[in-house]
Amino acid sequence: MAPEMKPILSVRDLHVSFGPAASAKEVVHGVSFDLGVGEVLAIVGESGSGKSVTALSTNRLIDYAGGRITSGTIELLRADGSVLDVTCAGRQELTGIRGAEIGVIFQEPMTSLNPVLTIGAQIEESFRLHRGLTGAQARDAAREALERVRIPDAERRLKATPNELSGGMLQRVMIAMALACNPRLLIADEPTTALDVTVQAQIMALLAELRRETGMSMIFISHDIGLVAGIADRVIVMQDGRVVEQGDLGDILDKPQHPYTQHLLHAVPHFSSGVAARTDGARMAAPLPRPTLEVDDLVVRYPLKGGWFSKPVGAVHAVDGVGFDLLPGETLAIVGESGSGKSTTARAVLGLVAPTRGAFAVEAQAARPGQSRLPVQMVFQNPYASLNPRLSVEQILAEPVIATGASPDKAVRDRMAALLKRVGLPEDSLARYPHQFSGGQRQRLCIARALMLNPSVVVLDEAVSALDVSVQARVLELLVDLQHEYGLAYLFISHDMAVVERIAHRVAVMYAGQIVEIGDAKSVLSDPQHPYTKKLIEAVPTIDRRKQHFELDTRQVPSLVRPVGYEPPAATWMQYGADHKVRADA
Amino acid sequence: MSYVIRRLRAFPLVLIGVSIIVFIAIRLVPGDSITAMLGTEAGLLTPQQRDSLAVYFGIDQPWPVQYWRWFTGLFSGDLGISVTYGKPVLSVILERFPLTLELALLAMLIALSIGVPAGVFAATRNERPADLGVRIAAMIGQSTPSFVVGLVIIYILSAGFGVLPTMGAFTPFWQDPLQNLGQMILPAITLGCAFASSVTRVTRSAMLDVLSDDYVRTARSKGASERSVIWRHALPNALVPVVTLSGIEFGYLLGGAVIVEQIYALPGLGRMVLEAILQRDYALVQGAVLFIALNFMIVNLLVDLAYAALDPRIRLEGR
Repeated sequence: MAPEMKPILSVRDLHVSFGPAASAKEVVHGVSFDLGVGEVLAIVGESGSGKSVTALSTNRLIDYAGGRITSGTIELLRADGSVLDVTCAGRQELTGIRGAEIGVIFQEPMTSLNPVLTIGAQIEESFRLHRGLTGAQARDAAREALERVRIPDAERRLKATPNELSGGMLQRVMIAMALACNPRLLIADEPTTALDVTVQAQIMALLAELRRETGMSMIFISHDIGLVAGIADRVIVMQDGRVVEQGDLGDILDKPQHPYTQHLLHAVPHFSSGVAARTDGARMAAPLPRPTLEVDDLVVRYPLKGGWFSKPVGAVHAVDGVGFDLLPGETLAIVGESGSGKSTTARAVLGLVAPTRGAFAVEAQAARPGQSRLPVQMVFQNPYASLNPRLSVEQILAEPVIATGASPDKAVRDRMAALLKRVGLPEDSLARYPHQFSGGQRQRLCIARALMLNPSVVVLDEAVSALDVSVQARVLELLVDLQHEYGLAYLFISHDMAVVERIAHRVAVMYAGQIVEIGDAKSVLSDPQHPYTKKLIEAVPTIDRRKQHFELDTRQVPSLVRPVGYEPPAATWMQYGADHKVRADA
Repeated sequence: MSYVIRRLRAFPLVLIGVSIIVFIAIRLVPGDSITAMLGTEAGLLTPQQRDSLAVYFGIDQPWPVQYWRWFTGLFSGDLGISVTYGKPVLSVILERFPLTLELALLAMLIALSIGVPAGVFAATRNERPADLGVRIAAMIGQSTPSFVVGLVIIYILSAGFGVLPTMGAFTPFWQDPLQNLGQMILPAITLGCAFASSVTRVTRSAMLDVLSDDYVRTARSKGASERSVIWRHALPNALVPVVTLSGIEFGYLLGGAVIVEQIYALPGLGRMVLEAILQRDYALVQGAVLFIALNFMIVNLLVDLAYAALDPRIRLEGR
């Protein structure tokens, strides 16, 4: 066989364990695959499937995370035509291939760059290590690397430190760094999971373009089949440390053989342009019930101070004139990118931030005399961080009751048991602690906690974003069931259009602190009117629209900083259909 | 720059507060300068003699008047006259200060040059025997009182090698650097030991945190050598707590190290303050405490500036 026909990477019966030899826990059980030169291989699976461990074994970064390759071979075809078995390579050989032959992009661009070194210093390092460049030569090479990933004003960015750039920019820097020495293999470990959907589309387009330019091979790790559909040639599906199915992209998408692959493709929310939107909305009834929550002209501003005597020099208009209402049994999803003000809106509704201006009216469903808090409860994004690890489940569930001034009595305990059963947790959970539950179970706990006071409105701030896709689907089902049962109104904050489509009756799109489009979910998602909504929906990766070309766009989100006393012009709305209105941009 | 000015504006307020507290505290201690100075012979004074001495020292006036006199004197650089030394307080302090400053600087230099590498060494061998050894050594260093360390060093030198630490009159560094270092090195090591132990422990735990950060993994993925990963990528990120600790310790050392000065018979600020308190030398105690407080504030400001220099994420202007 001619050398160029050989695969660049050939993995045979790979086993990886964690922990000391005596009590080692094997997490990858005999994985085998080949990666051809110039080919893009997607490894798809949920957390704990061993997809990252497998990929990071190919350059032995897994050693530093406490992992150990216990058996198997990983043969890498090097640039000079020799073959290196990575599993038994020495330290020198490994630092020689890392960066030079295998580049890596990680998930979190915000934490993956060194905060104290300039962007320039970090990119130059690659050239210093593998090309022996120094001084002005290294700097020029770094500038070219930044220009290659389409970073505007590269010369100036070289002197910036990571905290001065946005997440999308940082991910470009990561890519520039990983590709600095033209590695023949790029490992992209969930490179867009932490990014906004439009930024994600940018990064995916960039990766596709760079791959065409350089002809490199890629291993693309993701939990999202819709995302890899646009870039992969072949797909490996992993579950619990084993490959359950591998094949060409088309075969996997159209003729999945393994039940788990079928499950990933069908049970998991995929965006389908409003087709799957809910039709059980409360607005179908006539006359309309009284809204549970009305928000009118909500404004949240953070003053900026500066100068010698801390004079106000302006204000960040985080939320500017937001208004909506929410009927009992209805879900309003607020979508938008980071910095659009969607979470600030939610926090203002909860009373966690003080609004600068605005009116709330909450129709209390079960307000008792003397109850001080509004019956609005919340579920947050990260179930690992939002449960106090030192409290038992019983104490966690009692907390909202105690906060109202009541003491937990028999009735409260009965309600705890009933709610736990309702959200699908075992009966003996009360005496257990949060660390004894999985992520999905913890989020169920958070939901049970939110329901303890029998609220009329529940604010769900990215409540399923941190969960694995199939767990996500089950938690969404639970939320819908609970909504029917208790007539709950949900304010659902999310950046994930697929999830929004499954749960929302109505959608509000926020951009730069304002609602630009609001209305019936089906109407907004299938027939968006505002240019921003269109851009947002186009950017959602879907299996149907795979291989669609996405234009690179390097525009930045406008600044939210306004001068003192600035008031935005009054909104004018254009009506599209019964329940769908769009802001007419001035 | 405006941050420094803002911080400097707060200095006078703190100093006034400190001076009032010290002024009252020292006067609440029973006895006065006359009795302390003359000892038992104070009993031989006639009431007239005693009163005229009190007028001479200015302690016949009510406290607020005394404070006001002392306070207005500050603006002309007059901190009063030391009863014990018969000299202006400021010149007594400035005579002693170079030694204290040098001792503190040397101790910090020793602490950092031992503690930081030891902490890094231990962190990169987490939970292995070498790490355990460093941790035990640090624990011992931290928990042994400095007088024990000082006495042990002197004992080893004199019993083992027949040399005694250079005692006698203190020689400033600029007069004879060798002679000066000969006098200072042992006290500095004595102080540096405990200081180095704390630096080791803080460096170790900060490095352990940083080594599991994402950007360290990124550096490795680029093919950086282990040495570059540790010293170039990880250590600068671990230095903020080390700077905090060093600043606090250094600030304390600038107030004088009483025990070590006593053991090595060094005329530093610590012993001076102790004697001034015993002698009820009101003006000297007030002046010294004010001076030490000012030093502490300057060190704190420098520490905050160092944060900003170390970590670009720390913005001083907004704070």
